[in-house]
Amino acid sequence: MDDQLPMLLGRDLDAAFERLVREHQARVFSIALRLTGNASDAEEVAQDVFMRAYRALGEYPPERIRELRLRPWLATIAVNLSRNRFRRHRPATTDLDDIARSRAGDLAAGDRDTPHHEVARRESTAHWQRLISALPDRYRVPLVLRYVDDLTFTEMSEVLGQPLGTLKAQVYRGLRLLRAAHDSTERKELSA
Amino acid sequence: MTRVSSGPAYLNEGGLAQIEAALRDLRVAAPVTLLPDTLVAAGLADQYTSLHTLVGPVFVAWNGRGVSALTLAEDPAVFETRFRAEFARPISRGRAIPDQLGRAIQSRLAGDRHVKVPVDWRGRTSFEQAVWKKALEIPAGEVRPYSWIAREIGHPKAVRAVGTALARNPIPLVIPCHRVVRADGHIGEYGLGGPTNKRAILAAEGVDIGSLEQMAQSGMRYLGSDTTRIFCLPTCRHARRITLRHRVSFPSEMGAQAAGYRACKVCRPAVAA
Repeated sequence: MDDQLPMLLGRDLDAAFERLVREHQARVFSIALRLTGNASDAEEVAQDVFMRAYRALGEYPPERIRELRLRPWLATIAVNLSRNRFRRHRPATTDLDDIARSRAGDLAAGDRDTPHHEVARRESTAHWQRLISALPDRYRVPLVLRYVDDLTFTEMSEVLGQPLGTLKAQVYRGLRLLRAAHDSTERKELSA
Repeated sequence: MTRVSSGPAYLNEGGLAQIEAALRDLRVAAPVTLLPDTLVAAGLADQYTSLHTLVGPVFVAWNGRGVSALTLAEDPAVFETRFRAEFARPISRGRAIPDQLGRAIQSRLAGDRHVKVPVDWRGRTSFEQAVWKKALEIPAGEVRPYSWIAREIGHPKAVRAVGTALARNPIPLVIPCHRVVRADGHIGEYGLGGPTNKRAILAAEGVDIGSLEQMAQSGMRYLGSDTTRIFCLPTCRHARRITLRHRVSFPSEMGAQAAGYRACKVCRPAVAA
């Protein structure tokens, strides 16, 4: 989806900017949501990401814009802003309703008519969000980029400035930690 | 645009593939407000709302760069059509004006010319901007002639162009073009509802329009004090303090200077033709 967009942005930023937001808003918002753990923070971060991108693109020469790799470039901004926000407002508890609402497209939380499978999905989302939020930054960010944003390890290396081997190890270790945390939660629920 | 990736074989050990699937399931759609709000913040789209003012309800439009338009509130559809035609940007009814901007506009409408109201100046010439910014220097309760603005911005002969620029003022009230009147004492035209509204706004700000017109009709343009030997434009705050006993009228700046009076340093009448 990035094929023509850098060229269009280089030619007429104002005309192509809406397409940039339209094409990347879901992934930028998803990164922000999973790194901040809060939907309203994530929306502010996502808007800030695009505003910073807009200002930067306004200053770049067209040839630099044409060569931009938009996916990792936007992810870099999203990660940096989300990290700052997360550090400032680290949630003591994850806002489950917030996450559920954004996940379910503003379905009212606690709606009696909410189908059973939707409730189960909300609970699952909240569960995994809690586990991710509890991970150290060095595992949380690579996992979000790899699986939520679907970046390649090469793109992740561009975003985080780390060697491929380090990132692969962090992702593997992060998955193992999540697995352990998930199993531990399940054990607690069974014994409760 | 899901990109299918086959993870390394080791990830399937210990059920890690299940964790990967759960993480992938954490992708979400963006809130519907993200795109329109971002475009407004970037100044590529505008929002508007209605505000109550002295001359009735008005529509005020804004984007991330500042206020972009203010006009009498009539049919929203007509306003939107006109806005799109003039600015070539999408516009939609806003949920609410941002707090800070709303407060700043209300303060400006209440006569506080020092409060900063961000304005979207794009597409405006430097001459127009100079005229509007100069109009902002006129305090509430006072008026200046078109020629005063022309002289103050360094284009003393461009009096007609000043009038044109003021007529093109996209945000009347916020930029107080109503405080600029003709040198012959006529109130002059006004884009926000005509001379009647201009008269009402000036009267509400404390301008004695009747006296101003009467004085102009008698050929007098300046007021001086025979104690200070200073002459002012008639609505200058210092002119209004001159008691009747010490008040002197002059038809021209040259006449005042010939009588040994100097120009007021606040209203600077010497630059006015």
